[in-house]
Amino acid sequence: MNYLIGAFKPSCNISITFSDAKTRKQVPLKKESGQAVLVPLFQSQENISGKISIEPIQGKKVEHNGVKVELLGQIEMYFDRGNFYDFTSLVRELDVPGELYEKKTYPFEFSTVEMPYETYNGVNVRLRYVLKVTVSRGYAGSIVEYQDFVVRNYSPPPSINNSIKMEVGIEDCLHIEFEYNKSKYHLKDVIIGKIYFLLVRIKIKNMDLEIRRRESTGSGPSTHVETETLAKFELMDGAPVRGESIPIRLFLSPYELTPTHRNINNKFSVKYYLNLVLVDEEDRRYFKQQEITIYRLQETS
Amino acid sequence: MISDGVEDEEKWLAAGIAGLQQNAFYMHRALDSNNLRDALKYSAQMLSELRTSKLSPHKYYELYMRAFDELRKLEMFFKEEARRGCSIIDLYELVQHAGNILPRLYLLCTVGSVYIKSKEAPAKDVLKDLVEMSRGIQNPVRGLFLRSYLSQVSRDKLPDIGSEYEGDADTVKDAVEFVLQNFTEMNKLWVRMQHQGPARGKEKREKERSELRDLVGKNLHVLSQIEGVDLELYKDTVLPRVLEQVVNCKDELAQFYLMDCIIQVFPDEYHLQTLDILLGACPQLQPSVDIKTVLSQLMERLSNYAASSTEVLPEFLQVEAFSKLSNAIGKVIEAQVDMPIIGVVTLYSSLLKFTLHVHPDRLDYADQVLGSFVKKLSGKGKIEDSRATKQVVALLSAPLEKYNDIVTALKLSNYPRVLEFLDSGTNKVMATVIIQSIMKNTTHVLTAEKVEALFELIKGLIEDLDGTPDDEVDEEDFKEEQNSVARLIQMFSNDDSEEMFKIICTVKKHIVTGGPKRLPFTVPPLVFSSLKLVRKLQAQDENPFGDEASTTPKKLFQLLTQIIEALLNVPAPELALRLYLQCAEAANDCDLEPVAYEFFTQAYILYEEEISDSKAQVTAIHLIIGTLQRMHVFGVENRDTLTHKATGYSAKLLKKPDQCRAVYACSHLFWVDDQENMKDGERVLICLKRALRIANAAQQMSNATRGSTGSVALFVEILNKYLYFFEKGNPQITVASVQSLIELITTELHSDSTSPEPATDAFFASTLRYIQFQKQKGGAVGERYESIKV
Repeated sequence: MNYLIGAFKPSCNISITFSDAKTRKQVPLKKESGQAVLVPLFQSQENISGKISIEPIQGKKVEHNGVKVELLGQIEMYFDRGNFYDFTSLVRELDVPGELYEKKTYPFEFSTVEMPYETYNGVNVRLRYVLKVTVSRGYAGSIVEYQDFVVRNYSPPPSINNSIKMEVGIEDCLHIEFEYNKSKYHLKDVIIGKIYFLLVRIKIKNMDLEIRRRESTGSGPSTHVETETLAKFELMDGAPVRGESIPIRLFLSPYELTPTHRNINNKFSVKYYLNLVLVDEEDRRYFKQQEITIYRLQETS
Repeated sequence: MISDGVEDEEKWLAAGIAGLQQNAFYMHRALDSNNLRDALKYSAQMLSELRTSKLSPHKYYELYMRAFDELRKLEMFFKEEARRGCSIIDLYELVQHAGNILPRLYLLCTVGSVYIKSKEAPAKDVLKDLVEMSRGIQNPVRGLFLRSYLSQVSRDKLPDIGSEYEGDADTVKDAVEFVLQNFTEMNKLWVRMQHQGPARGKEKREKERSELRDLVGKNLHVLSQIEGVDLELYKDTVLPRVLEQVVNCKDELAQFYLMDCIIQVFPDEYHLQTLDILLGACPQLQPSVDIKTVLSQLMERLSNYAASSTEVLPEFLQVEAFSKLSNAIGKVIEAQVDMPIIGVVTLYSSLLKFTLHVHPDRLDYADQVLGSFVKKLSGKGKIEDSRATKQVVALLSAPLEKYNDIVTALKLSNYPRVLEFLDSGTNKVMATVIIQSIMKNTTHVLTAEKVEALFELIKGLIEDLDGTPDDEVDEEDFKEEQNSVARLIQMFSNDDSEEMFKIICTVKKHIVTGGPKRLPFTVPPLVFSSLKLVRKLQAQDENPFGDEASTTPKKLFQLLTQIIEALLNVPAPELALRLYLQCAEAANDCDLEPVAYEFFTQAYILYEEEISDSKAQVTAIHLIIGTLQRMHVFGVENRDTLTHKATGYSAKLLKKPDQCRAVYACSHLFWVDDQENMKDGERVLICLKRALRIANAAQQMSNATRGSTGSVALFVEILNKYLYFFEKGNPQITVASVQSLIELITTELHSDSTSPEPATDAFFASTLRYIQFQKQKGGAVGERYESIKV
């Protein structure tokens, strides 16, 4: 979109301002260029309102076939570049076809907008929300301006949150029992737990706890699965003996996690796993992966 | 190969230090600019150097100490941060974001220390968290150092009573719990070290482990420093928990070291009150643990404690320390079947020392110790291990040293039974020790009964124990030993003659069994001590009570005859002869003519039958003459017989000069100065003349065989005899005879055939000078001399 703007000098400047811009929280959002810009933060059911100013360049007039603003929720698959799937699309007509000679300001409002999905920037997929202002022109191409914003949705603490407790092992070689205090963690949560060694016949060098993110995109045969290790946290150094119990305390806050996303618009899923890895002296790895659910808890501050 | 290993290690250490210093540098920069994030980042990187597995504990320690210094600076910074308003709780979380566990835990301990200081959370909670989280380090060396760091930073922050970190009612328990847990975990890691790594290099690992032991032991020290650990808490919690760990770890090195630590770091008073618990653990230790040293240490400490103040002694009685220790030792020996004999000995030796110190008045305890020792040894035969025998000697010497009195030791009925387990060599050593003790303290052994017991103890020196004499005994040593026995015999004395007589009989009974090699050493002192008694009896003026059964010189002389007769079988005729003469003299003093005569007869028989060596004969004859001269008890007839014999023997000596000298000596037999009835000038002269003849003959013989006249010395000697009798007023010795003798000598001296003899010249010159001197002195003697011309 941008190159269009760059190639043809737009004959007008469009600016979008939110009505509560001064008080609304802003969060960084990574753009395609890699730079992070601060954009306003919304959640579902909020009113999104503001003003749009269109100012023709000095001494020029702008003919148009109408002005509109759209609120779009898009899913973009990188391997399918350029294809957006709009799962939300709301439109407000701002002006009827005519000509603009001077700066004109239009208020707009989308009230109680349903935005069920969170903004997400993954490896293969992006989900974004954007306000798109279009000054339609018949022949010269429309003039378009975008304003990104971020949506985050908060969940209450889950009513059921069982611990994860499991005994695993390789016969006559290694038996351990591990326990994570919950199965659902919020983003700033702490994983508390312990690993209990029931049988150790291998020479263990160390033990790590990894947080892995599995992003699957597409569906059916064209499903892409991408797994990233976001955290590698050493739990134990050296070889334990039978009967040892090793504590786990992993703070999630330092890591860039998102809530778990399950089957977003049939396009993608993001799941999190705790992977317990034991490495022996010959660098063989023994691991056990457990899914955990991550949710966003309303921040009190 | 090995040197390569060492070099490599140096290299790795150098690399580790370099890495550490570099990151420390960046950390300092971050600290200076108050950049918390960077400070944490670089400190974590710095601490990552401690993750190495390539260094031996020794080198690792070097690296650790450097990191430790840097962490002190970081701690200061954290304190500053906290003062500047940075939430210490946030900081405590922040350091836990570190991905690697070892740096994370070092940082956590460092912040934790600041956290406790800030008092934003109870010390016990922070400590519990730290000690719990440290479980993540399961590598023994790294774990030990981390926990040692934890122990170090927390020592002054324990929620002890009176500490500023004191918590609620159970505060001391919390402090103790923390230290105990850290101790337990450290010990587990330490023990585990032994079992990790390749099977070979066991010794190397043991060495490395002993380098690390103080890290573990430090915890016990910390425990002992906690103010709030009173006896009750020690008894109920600290000691049982520590011992549980010690017993369960089943590791020889750890058990020995930790038992020793417990004994060293906690107060004696506590040990005394918890003897049951402490001793109860001993039989449960591994059989290879050097438990004897442990228990010896304990007993030594308790002994010193007892010695420190008399006020504590009742405590010992109250807790029955002795019987508990005694039982424990029994149990330990039972439990450790393979314990070498030296261990058993050392244990009993320590116990004995303990009881001697603590209960010096309870001789029965000491005897009990010896008794149980004997019981343990019974059926095992003689002790063969040389170190063990040395220990036994030490054990047996202990009561001697303590009481400084053999008489006390003799009351220990089990004492001789212990001796039975020693080989004959050691038995002798022990006997020597006993004798030396007696000598040193000049203990007089007063009764026959005790002498009997004492001889039982020193049997090794008195007779050949195995029945066969030991030929390998060094002659010098043997003499030394027997001389000490001889000295010992002199120590037996009692003012009561009856008892003394009994003592002598007892001694006699024992020494006659000693065999030919010992008798020459043992008989003389006994003879002399008997003679001493004889003289005492004689001085006492003939038994004032007229008790017939009592000891009389007569009885003693009978005994003496028997004693000396023992020497005849040796044979030691020369010695026997001397002793006979001594006895004769004593009998003389007691006016027992027949007895004296008998002794002389015996001496003469010996001379005739046994003494054949000419030199010995010369000595013997002079002794006989000397003794006989002093005898005054004999009647004329007896005396004549004896003198006649003596002169006869003299004239039959082999060498002429010897004959000559013996004969002129005999002249004294006829002239006893203070007895008027024994001044027979004529026979004196006969002797002297005979001597002169023999001297003459000797000279001629010498002339014939060697071409030069022999010694003129004989003449000078005879001249001296002449002068003696002349001076004493023997009428037969005339001026003329003296005069002619002088002339004879002068001629001989100037004769060409005489070989010059400076000694004789001098002797003669002195003799002449004497005559001059006597002349000038004047008086009666001077007058007699006046007529002699020189």
